[in-house]
Amino acid sequence: MIAPIMNPAGMITLEDVTIAYGTGARAVVAVNNLTLAVPEGEAVGLVGESGSGKSTVLRAVAGLVPHASGEITLAGRRVDRRRTPAERKMTQMVFQDPYGSLHPNQTVDQILALPVAIHRLDGGEARIVRALAEVGLGPEHRYRYPHQLSGGQRQRVAIARALILEPRVLLLDEPTSALDVSVQAEILNLLVRLRRDHGLTLLMVSHDLAVIAHLCERIGVMTRGRLVEITTATAMANNHVTHDYTRELLRFNAGFDRSSVASGNLDAAAG
Amino acid sequence: MMGQVITDTLLAVRNLSVTYPGDDGDVRAVRHVSFTLGRERLGIVGESGSGKSTTGRAIMGLVGHPGRIDADELRLGDTDLRGLSERGFRQLRGKRIAMVLQDPKYSLDPVMSVGRQIAETHRSHLGSSHRDARRAALKMLEDVHIRDPERVYTMYPHQVSGGMGQRVMIAMMLIAGPDILIADEPTSALDVTVQSQVLAILDELVRRRGMGLILISHNLHLVSSFCDRVLVMYAGQVLETCAAGKLGEATHPYTRGLLAALPRLGHRRAELPQLQRDPAWMADIA
Ligand SMILES: Nc1ncnc2c1ncn2[C@@H]1O[C@H](COP(=O)(O)OP(=O)(O)OP(=O)(O)O)[C@@H](O)[C@H]1O
Ligand SMILES: Nc1ncnc2c1ncn2[C@@H]1O[C@H](COP(=O)(O)OP(=O)(O)OP(=O)(O)O)[C@@H](O)[C@H]1O
Ligand SMILES: [Mg+2]
Ligand SMILES: [Mg+2]
Repeated sequence: MIAPIMNPAGMITLEDVTIAYGTGARAVVAVNNLTLAVPEGEAVGLVGESGSGKSTVLRAVAGLVPHASGEITLAGRRVDRRRTPAERKMTQMVFQDPYGSLHPNQTVDQILALPVAIHRLDGGEARIVRALAEVGLGPEHRYRYPHQLSGGQRQRVAIARALILEPRVLLLDEPTSALDVSVQAEILNLLVRLRRDHGLTLLMVSHDLAVIAHLCERIGVMTRGRLVEITTATAMANNHVTHDYTRELLRFNAGFDRSSVASGNLDAAAG
Repeated sequence: MMGQVITDTLLAVRNLSVTYPGDDGDVRAVRHVSFTLGRERLGIVGESGSGKSTTGRAIMGLVGHPGRIDADELRLGDTDLRGLSERGFRQLRGKRIAMVLQDPKYSLDPVMSVGRQIAETHRSHLGSSHRDARRAALKMLEDVHIRDPERVYTMYPHQVSGGMGQRVMIAMMLIAGPDILIADEPTSALDVTVQSQVLAILDELVRRRGMGLILISHNLHLVSSFCDRVLVMYAGQVLETCAAGKLGEATHPYTRGLLAALPRLGHRRAELPQLQRDPAWMADIA
């Protein structure tokens, strides 16, 4: 294990970051002037409107998309889209869509062996066995293809693949939205444990406020490319939030309420 | 007409089993599942791998080789789905029965704009002109609360966010006006606000048009607040059926175990309880 370097400013920091897709007239600004710091070992959550730029923030931190302006630092060092192998190993991402992120023609074994080979790590066999065990998959899953696994099992493979490199930062994009509640509990317990035992820093996106609040004390709320509020799990639970959009999220969080959505949308639906 | 609505059986499933032969034994993904669907909202919940999606895919004729389907009855209105050819299924899919698949982006064509995919579905089922299909597709995108439908129409699947992709799929599945919609985790990538809006649309289609809806979801709160009835699946079987609103009062230890595993805002626990499976559950199957 590498001795942890303390980063008082934050393991991850984003300072006035703007991210756009495309260039020129067709450019779409997905994230606007966002500032956020995640201290080492902390878990910070991002919630908010669909299309508001949450995945884009994670992608920029992972170096998958460039940022147009502002500054991103990892472990105190300024980074851009191009990353050294060490920087890439340090931040691993678990994607929203477990289908798209697993190669359909590779077995679980091959999927897990690839990052080990790319980063020239030794003890591949032991790493694969350990990673599978850590996410609760049995040896019988090791030689299956993604289409032979259920949605939940696939997401566990994606998490195993991220863990196998022993990263210091885990970027989680809806890591449990495809999982059943028991596996979700298992994954959340696992993430709590990984954070405690390895001092992992987590930045996680989820639509499920209870999931976010379980893991993260601080929670950022996004709408239309902007971070409009940074609140806490406790404040959310007690409805002590300041932004209107956050209030709306809390109101709809209780489940489907025919009376609260019934107006307004009926005519659109009738067509 | 109204009186008929309740008793109408749109879909009848009796003793449905789906088996995938494998090198180390068969995977019995679905075993002896029976239920009927009327003009209602039927929820299916259950742990991962319990056979929810496979049940939906079997109804759609989407269980690929070498999977095997057995059923005493598998009937859509007066059409027997057992042994129906791929061509026969293609005529039903979209128009009479549609399914929003669990992984939306995977089921979209990566090289065609999402708007055109919706429009093409309209054209192929309703024989509409390009212009009408385009207009219908834009309207549908608006209905599923996509901001700026004109822009999103031209986007390719990799350019839309997770929640946009799900709504594109829903739009595509609804555009030909199916009698039955099977929605497999249709809102898992949506924020709670948009999720409620999308569900309101489905709700409306059930209430006004008499569509039958099967909602497969891990979100127990959602199923219990939205659906009429719920099937609880375990190991490929239906373990219990209950009124959706009463899901919270279910007594079976499996269902209780699922409920207990949910994190709750404002009630943080150091560790969430995971399901403790009991072999005796296999004997509880109705
Ligand atoms: N490759 C791309 N090209 C063009 N626009 C893109 C691309 N990827 C994302 N966008 C746009 O950027 C915006 C933000 O997308 P992003 O995926 O970050 O949203 P999100 O908050 O993660 O949404 P969701 O909750 O639905 O997943 C959206 O308007 C989306 O259409
Ligand atoms: N093509 C296949 N070949 C072999 N086994 C399969 C195949 N498809 C599914 N299975 C197995 O069938 C079982 C049921 O899978 P299914 O996808 O229906 O589960 P599910 O209830 O939808 O799970 P989830 O909630 O994770 O989506 C699982 O054990 C799965 O591994
Ligand atoms: Mg996203
Ligand atoms: Mg499924």
